[in-house]
Amino acid sequence: MTVTAGREVTASVGTAKVRLEGREKVTGAARYAGEVPFPDLAHGWLVLSTVARGRIRSVRTADVLKMPGVLEVFHHGNALPIDAGFVIPLLGTPPDSLVALFQDDRVPCAGWPVALVVAETSEQAREAAEALVVHYETEPHDIRLSGERPDAVPLDSQVSGPGVTQKGDLDAELAASSFVVDAEYTTPQEHHNPMEPHAAVARWHDGILEVVDANQGSGYIAQLLAQLFSLDPGVVRVRAEHVGGGFGGKGQISVHQVAAVMAATVLRRPVRVVLTRRQMFSLTGYRSATVQRVRLGADAGGRLRALSHRAVAMTSTTYDFAEPTTAVARVMYDADAHHTSNEIVRLDVPTPSFMRSPGETPGAFALECALDELAEKSGIDPIELRVRNEPERGPVSGLPFSSRNVVACFREGARRFGWNDRDPRPGIRRDGRWLIGTGTAAATHLVMSVPSTAAVTAEADGTFTVRIGAADIGTGARTTLAMIAADALEVVPDRVRIRIGDSSLPPAVIALGSTGTRSWGWAIKIAVDELRDMLTPGVIIPPEGITARSDTTAAVVGLMQSAPKERHTYGAHFAEAAVDTTTGEVRVRRMLGVFAAGPIVNPLTARSQLIGGMIWGISMALHEQAIVDQSTGCLVGADFANYHIAAHADVPSVEATWVDEAPDPDDPVGFKGIGELGNVGPAAAIANAVWHATGVRHRNLPILPSRVLSSRGDAV
Amino acid sequence: MTTTSSVITLNVNGEKHTLPVDHRTTLLDALRERLDLTGTKKGCDQGQCGACTVLIDGRRVVSCLQLAMAAEDREITTVEGLAEDDRLHPVQQAFLDLDGYQCGYCTPGQICSAVGVLAEHAEGWPSAVTGDVRPEAGAPALTAEEIRERMSGNLCRCGAYVAIVDAVARAAQAPDQASAVSAQDEGSIR
Repeated sequence: MTVTAGREVTASVGTAKVRLEGREKVTGAARYAGEVPFPDLAHGWLVLSTVARGRIRSVRTADVLKMPGVLEVFHHGNALPIDAGFVIPLLGTPPDSLVALFQDDRVPCAGWPVALVVAETSEQAREAAEALVVHYETEPHDIRLSGERPDAVPLDSQVSGPGVTQKGDLDAELAASSFVVDAEYTTPQEHHNPMEPHAAVARWHDGILEVVDANQGSGYIAQLLAQLFSLDPGVVRVRAEHVGGGFGGKGQISVHQVAAVMAATVLRRPVRVVLTRRQMFSLTGYRSATVQRVRLGADAGGRLRALSHRAVAMTSTTYDFAEPTTAVARVMYDADAHHTSNEIVRLDVPTPSFMRSPGETPGAFALECALDELAEKSGIDPIELRVRNEPERGPVSGLPFSSRNVVACFREGARRFGWNDRDPRPGIRRDGRWLIGTGTAAATHLVMSVPSTAAVTAEADGTFTVRIGAADIGTGARTTLAMIAADALEVVPDRVRIRIGDSSLPPAVIALGSTGTRSWGWAIKIAVDELRDMLTPGVIIPPEGITARSDTTAAVVGLMQSAPKERHTYGAHFAEAAVDTTTGEVRVRRMLGVFAAGPIVNPLTARSQLIGGMIWGISMALHEQAIVDQSTGCLVGADFANYHIAAHADVPSVEATWVDEAPDPDDPVGFKGIGELGNVGPAAAIANAVWHATGVRHRNLPILPSRVLSSRGDAV
Repeated sequence: MTTTSSVITLNVNGEKHTLPVDHRTTLLDALRERLDLTGTKKGCDQGQCGACTVLIDGRRVVSCLQLAMAAEDREITTVEGLAEDDRLHPVQQAFLDLDGYQCGYCTPGQICSAVGVLAEHAEGWPSAVTGDVRPEAGAPALTAEEIRERMSGNLCRCGAYVAIVDAVARAAQAPDQASAVSAQDEGSIR
């Protein structure tokens, strides 16, 4: 084909487009990791520790090896060597020693992997795994998190930022304040629970280690597997075409991949390892419980003189994970005295990890409820109070904001929701057996770009192929990237083919922290710019096409250096709650979220993702909590019957919309990312609505019927 | 010696499959591992999430709690059996058009469940939120509240519920829904 001068003029971005893989998903044709068939496949079943701390004394493999179909039992006595002593650039730390699978006899928590049984069928593997006897030498465990632990320490981390930030004299400003809020808020341990259990199939084929996996970034997992097993990175290929949800829980390497690779390497045949729902609770990370103390002091006009947010979270003894709980306080509100700290306590528990808007979500619950309490005390409308506390610059960084349209979100939301007629008095609206209230809360999330690469090929048939190591975990990334590429190429999206979910593609950031659309889109745009320079009129496209490549490393670093700014998305949540104080039941009746998140690429999928985040807020406010038995250190009811997430009947009318944002002239990308945003603040809006309904502050999530009932005496 | 496997015939999407199965094998695993019908998903393997929902003789069943042996000679419909050639079932089409999913993993179960819901509703079945449950009151209006209640056995962690309910409501209005439902119903419910 010969390139001609004319181009189609189109604009895909901003128009609703059905997902490219949608038809496969609604017909059942889309295959997820555990569904890709391999000849001669063997099945691995993990055995997890039932004690919370100790050593493995023996693994009684002999009887199990005699069971029908059993091929091998892997444990610390016969495992392949694994090297987990390297630093992961993304984290700035070595991996959690959880992935140094079966390398020693230590058991640092309940639910720790102690063996893998491999058999011809999954039924055989399961029965053998359940029959395997493991003896332990137990030691006393320590799993109790509280705000009073003397061993809570602030932790600086590459991902979570500094442990402590502080300016000004907190005590003096609190003493001089007209209104003071000083309250402790708690959030429970919460689990990602994507609907697709983690699964990986590994096999050696023609000298290549092939892994079909459920992950949020195949290139990242391939690199880590190569390092763990001391392999040449060129021989490891990981693919994850369709991923059944991640929410951060498939972002880090975990046990299923390592176990599958170890077994496939030793047994010289394909091995599949699928986690059970129960196993996911201890092997794939979770959101730490938090204990947070928020102190706010304001002058007579509601302006903050003092803000202190101290958050204590837990981590394991094998990895220091710091939940960045005070991230919202560091950007949302300024005060003359402004103190924040993210502290950890090391306990005999599995390692927590990134879960949808890590830090921001539990932190926003505490801070946005505290703001509501300040509004109550000062008699200022909660929205007006926030308007009065809009900072000029980043409270901690001192940097200007690239955009900050949170007030526009509140104004638009107030209009749509009917907030302006609201009577602020609590406990006075009744609808039959229900007390009714409304609440609001702000949302914000960091906007980040992470260096990524892409390749865009002009094919001889007039189509284009985009190759990038991106992942679509349900976000709609495949479609979004096709639209971004189409607009950059000035063609209709139908002419663009997208290749993602494969470590053999150009390396790119994993799907984590709302960085995907922005980072991947940037790489695609730069590659298209290159390609357009190559496609001058008259150029003949050869059969293999013409390919341009990009690497955004210099651009990402350049933007941070040339235009350092506070870059965030914002939003305002509104919720109406109904509370039956006789039964303790809380129902969310309606929710509205208005967001400011830069240009929205695909309104159809963006709306879905934002609403999904808000529904996580319903789950968090009313349902979710993992229960740990303090005496055994084990989770109680690690399943969907006991760990409740919102079901259809819990979810009423939920609307999400957005305001237009003027582009930042210093920002060459524009796109900001929305995966986390909808989930920052909705639980606070619901808790504030419950207060407005009943006059009772619920500072401990979830707001269970039992908590509503036991607080009845305080009701207005 | 005790027999631990048997040869059975499964009738899936109108096709008969004869295969030996381990007696412990669930219908879900038989579909996924033996017949390569992986559209039916395993989300929890203990009847708590609904991802493995299929229709047996037109009624909704979580296939992870059903032994394959017990499904012999019954009419099993999975998500792969809903579309007619290239024409999607109205429920599938509505899910696609209204973005009634995100990651897609709970989707086949949601869709099979929705097909079951429409059939149950057409048969006049009440739900826990139906106001008047007297037989002579007939089927309640298929409101959003009715759909939410009837679909509550199908969890979606992405939180696609709002669009799913819209999709089920739209499918209920589809011109060919009536025939789709009655085809599912033949000789089945009640």
